[in-house]
Amino acid sequence: MKIHIKNGRLIDPKNKIDAQCDIYIAAGKIVGIGNKPVDFAANQTIDATDLVVSPGFIDLSARLREPGSEYNATLVSELNAAAAGGVTGLACTPDTQPVLDEPGLVEMLKYRAKQLNLAHVYPLGALTRQLEGKLLTEMCKLTEAGCVGFSQADHAIIDTQVLWRACEYASTFGFTLFLRAEDDYLAKNGVAHDGEIASRLGLKGIPAAAEGLAIASILRIARETNTKIHLCRLSTAEGVNLVREAKKQGVQVTADVSAQHLHLTDFDIGYFNAHAHIKPPLRSMRDKDALCQGLKDGTIDAICSDHTPVNDDAKLLPFAESEAGATGLELLLPLALKWADNQKLDIAEAIAKITYQPAKILGINSGHLSIGSDADIAIFNPEQTWKVTPDQLKSQGKNTPFLGLEMAGKVQYTLLHGQITYQDESN
Amino acid sequence: MINPQLDSNGNLKHLLTIEGLPKRILNQILDTAETFVGVAERDIKKVPLLRGKTVCNIFFENSTRTRTTFEIAAKRLSADVINLNVGTSSQSKGETILDTVDNLIAMHADMFVVRHNQSGAAHFIAQHVPDNISVINAGDGRHAHPTQGLLDVFTIRRYKPDMHNLRVALVGDVLHSRVARSEIHALTTLGVPEVRVIAPKTLLPTDVEKLGVQVFHDMKAGLKDVDVIMMLRLQNERMNGAMLPSAQEYFKTFGLTQEKLQLAKPDAIVMHPGPMNRGVEIDSCVADGNQSVILPQVTYGIAVRMAVMAILGGGNSSGQAGSGA
Repeated sequence: MKIHIKNGRLIDPKNKIDAQCDIYIAAGKIVGIGNKPVDFAANQTIDATDLVVSPGFIDLSARLREPGSEYNATLVSELNAAAAGGVTGLACTPDTQPVLDEPGLVEMLKYRAKQLNLAHVYPLGALTRQLEGKLLTEMCKLTEAGCVGFSQADHAIIDTQVLWRACEYASTFGFTLFLRAEDDYLAKNGVAHDGEIASRLGLKGIPAAAEGLAIASILRIARETNTKIHLCRLSTAEGVNLVREAKKQGVQVTADVSAQHLHLTDFDIGYFNAHAHIKPPLRSMRDKDALCQGLKDGTIDAICSDHTPVNDDAKLLPFAESEAGATGLELLLPLALKWADNQKLDIAEAIAKITYQPAKILGINSGHLSIGSDADIAIFNPEQTWKVTPDQLKSQGKNTPFLGLEMAGKVQYTLLHGQITYQDESN
Repeated sequence: MINPQLDSNGNLKHLLTIEGLPKRILNQILDTAETFVGVAERDIKKVPLLRGKTVCNIFFENSTRTRTTFEIAAKRLSADVINLNVGTSSQSKGETILDTVDNLIAMHADMFVVRHNQSGAAHFIAQHVPDNISVINAGDGRHAHPTQGLLDVFTIRRYKPDMHNLRVALVGDVLHSRVARSEIHALTTLGVPEVRVIAPKTLLPTDVEKLGVQVFHDMKAGLKDVDVIMMLRLQNERMNGAMLPSAQEYFKTFGLTQEKLQLAKPDAIVMHPGPMNRGVEIDSCVADGNQSVILPQVTYGIAVRMAVMAILGGGNSSGQAGSGA
């Protein structure tokens, strides 16, 4: 199968390309950029006039809900959502049932994903068995099975001795730990940012300090043990400052922010909108501004979707009883574009945060379009608006605080290994 | 965001929280309640305003006192009343809130009085009932207890009619108190110029001053020259632990005694939403003393709840309690 993508605006931040440029694909690989290879005869031509052609997006945090929570979503539904969102590679969290703490489970997941061939799935293995924060998992075996790093999902390691050992062990082999920093005690039973809004609504708050405290201890241990740490989903201004300082001091730390946190605050909880119940909580305007700024200045490396499909019943409950999380794979691009637009940045800046930057964190050779690399490509119209409705979303989870809002940025085609995995119906 | 409590004409549709309600509506409720105070003193304690209507008390959290006052209020308005203690029935069998509510809708109830231990539960139910059903929040988590807030300002208004010239102090566990939040919003909406909260830092919500109150951590300073003291209940489970070291120490520092009461204005009134912990937040001699209006609060509570139900159930009530009221 040979594909010719013509007349598109190629944006590849890693290779610093932003120009009208044709792409030629053969046998799943990119064989020509700009110049047509000799003897190339396309089986299919995609007209990308007025469209942006970019590396397929890489998401650092998506819950696929399989195994164990198929009532919320399945691998099929969520990988189709990924394709619809232009996401060609995603890291999935280990908080499935059973927990991804056994090589066999990881192999099974990788195998199932490969059969579906809708997106590359990069599992994050559990750092501790059952995510209990007590016993280390077989990290080497899990890596062999396909894990690209280790995570505790939303379960903190309370015992600093265990955290220290986990860091030492991971550091021995150069593994990266993906940790969401939140002090377990301060966050206990909390469902919203501890501030005026939570006080008014009578919701149990999680102080911003819960993040700062946890980051401080994680980074302290990381520095001591020389461990590569990726901090997942920063939510506070304090967190951004701590990461900025740590980077200056040469700590091996990277960080991401969820697309939701770039645009929403605790004010968006409104009258107890359960769709705005997410982890970490939506915080203050000041925090949101600091996250946007931190992303701009490179303190925060990447944007993730924090994709968490939740079935309707689990959201149809009073705020605190509802399950936290928002569906996000299909909103990653428009929300990233919106951030760049708000910050008066070029589209390429947004694309960098969802392509080669996350790829670098995952340690995978992806997120760029070079001759010889896999033809994982997203083709989108950055101007086209669409309304977020349950029908529009391929994900089984229809839960998002952006329901009913207009988004700019619509994926037209997604290619994985040079095969079209998604095509907008209007084409 | 559209205020979910008001209909398109700005009339009260549900009573979920005092916050965001215009002064006009609060006064409408209080004025209507005035007309109901006399009903209890008649031989026939009934007016026919809600005849043929069904009021359903859905209590996901147990409460005898509040449920009883709502029941009496509804019955005095001639409504049929159904009491449902969901905490002990359906929910323990795994039924969701919406299933419970849908079943009651199918039974053609007209008004739901809802209590739930989760903040926002009343809003949640109000969002899911058909247009012809009104929801009254009888307490949701830490969020709101609007009829309690209203009956408290009603009581204050009866003793201290000039609301624009009052100093009110709320004392105790504001953090966990839906009553305190509703009282604060009611007082500030009605134009009370100075509302104070007095509590240790462990019992105050973050940024509480943004609700329009002055914060005190010392009873002596906080009670000085106040006209109204509103004591809050301290839950048993909070008395010993990380919030407070002991009930004894709490009584010593924040309990209302005759001696501390002297700091307030001589004609200050003392209120408590009940049930009281004598010897923890309030000394018995104060609770039973001549400045206490704790029992009138209970009496007025029925009139205020009648007013709310009459306004919600009687279409556009202009403050009339029906013939002979």
